[in-house]
Amino acid sequence: MVAFTLPKNSRLTEGKSYPAPAKQAGQEQKLKTFRVYRWNPDDGQNPHVDTYTVDMNDCGPMVLDALIKIKNEIDPTLTFRRSCREGVCGSCAMNIDGGNTLACTKACDDVQGDVKIYPLPHMPVVKDLVPDLTNFYAQYASIKPWLQAESPAPARERPQSAEERKKLDGLYECILCACCSTSCPSYWWNSDRYLGPAVLLQAYRWIADSRDEMTGERLDNLEDPFRLYRCHTIMNCTNTCPKGLNPAQAIGEIKQLLVERRG
Amino acid sequence: MSSKPVKTLRSPLGRVRGLGSAKSGVSHWWLQRVTAVALVPLVLILAVVLLRIGTADHAAVVAAFRNPLLAVLAVLAIIAVFWHLRLGLQVVIEDYIHVERSKIAVLLAVTFAVFLVGALCLLSVLKLFFGV
Repeated sequence: MVAFTLPKNSRLTEGKSYPAPAKQAGQEQKLKTFRVYRWNPDDGQNPHVDTYTVDMNDCGPMVLDALIKIKNEIDPTLTFRRSCREGVCGSCAMNIDGGNTLACTKACDDVQGDVKIYPLPHMPVVKDLVPDLTNFYAQYASIKPWLQAESPAPARERPQSAEERKKLDGLYECILCACCSTSCPSYWWNSDRYLGPAVLLQAYRWIADSRDEMTGERLDNLEDPFRLYRCHTIMNCTNTCPKGLNPAQAIGEIKQLLVERRG
Repeated sequence: MSSKPVKTLRSPLGRVRGLGSAKSGVSHWWLQRVTAVALVPLVLILAVVLLRIGTADHAAVVAAFRNPLLAVLAVLAIIAVFWHLRLGLQVVIEDYIHVERSKIAVLLAVTFAVFLVGALCLLSVLKLFFGV
């Protein structure tokens, strides 16, 4: 739904400010300030922005390192998702310094001034930096992201030429972190019907797979003014992808195939 | 941004699948590109012509539109512009208006308005060409 202003109960207020760590004798400090979105579903209050200061000489280089340090040493109530801490799992996707990215691969030094950290935009918030991705995962399930074939399964693997395999490069690397979908204004306004860049890139990953035999059915499923055609090539998806992929191009390929099959 | 209470007990996948795919949208998308491509030369030609006859008197403008080639180009440009406009506005309306009734009402109003202004433009060119 279109919303140009935040609903009353979502308006941000200024939260707590935690003091900077005390300086030990002979210690060189490199202080960095983190402004972090906080919201607790249980206290009935509006979301607020808390301020933490971390000595980067005593902390790992990435934003996730700082968040873990804050949780361990300053404020154990801070809530966020993380798992692999190396850009493979996609759990720690959040809005850092105004852009969606993975906290584990974003260096604090790449941010000028204070590091502002918010949950992925325009998603329901579960708590603090944890967005509710239920709809996103259901959309992923709706494109049937698995190989579908009617030919009897061969005794060994389904063969694929090197060229055919090459078509999956730039698609199979997607980790479904949802950075791209939640950066897309079209997805903000219409995520109830528009599948969004991440799911469309995944859909194209199976359309482009030479071993899959349901290409036509997959295209049928996408041929819809909302599911696919809400993409207006805004390109935020490609800009923000922390894995350097190009969802906008994948969507373009789907649109091309839909024109092509009409003859 | 906070979690809203879920008003339905339908499963997330059921909600996403909804009424299914409309199996349309390609024509809309394609026609928007076709009219856009057509408008590139049409607008350029018409811009040059209108700039040249813009300072001329009424009789000269009427005489210019007696030229069948210019009249046809003007007619084609009007059709392409208003078709393109109508397709584009439809997308904007669908993007931003989510209440089904209001959406249909606004779409109808915009469609009628576009056809009205487009028809008036066409009639003006034809009037000049046929000199009635």
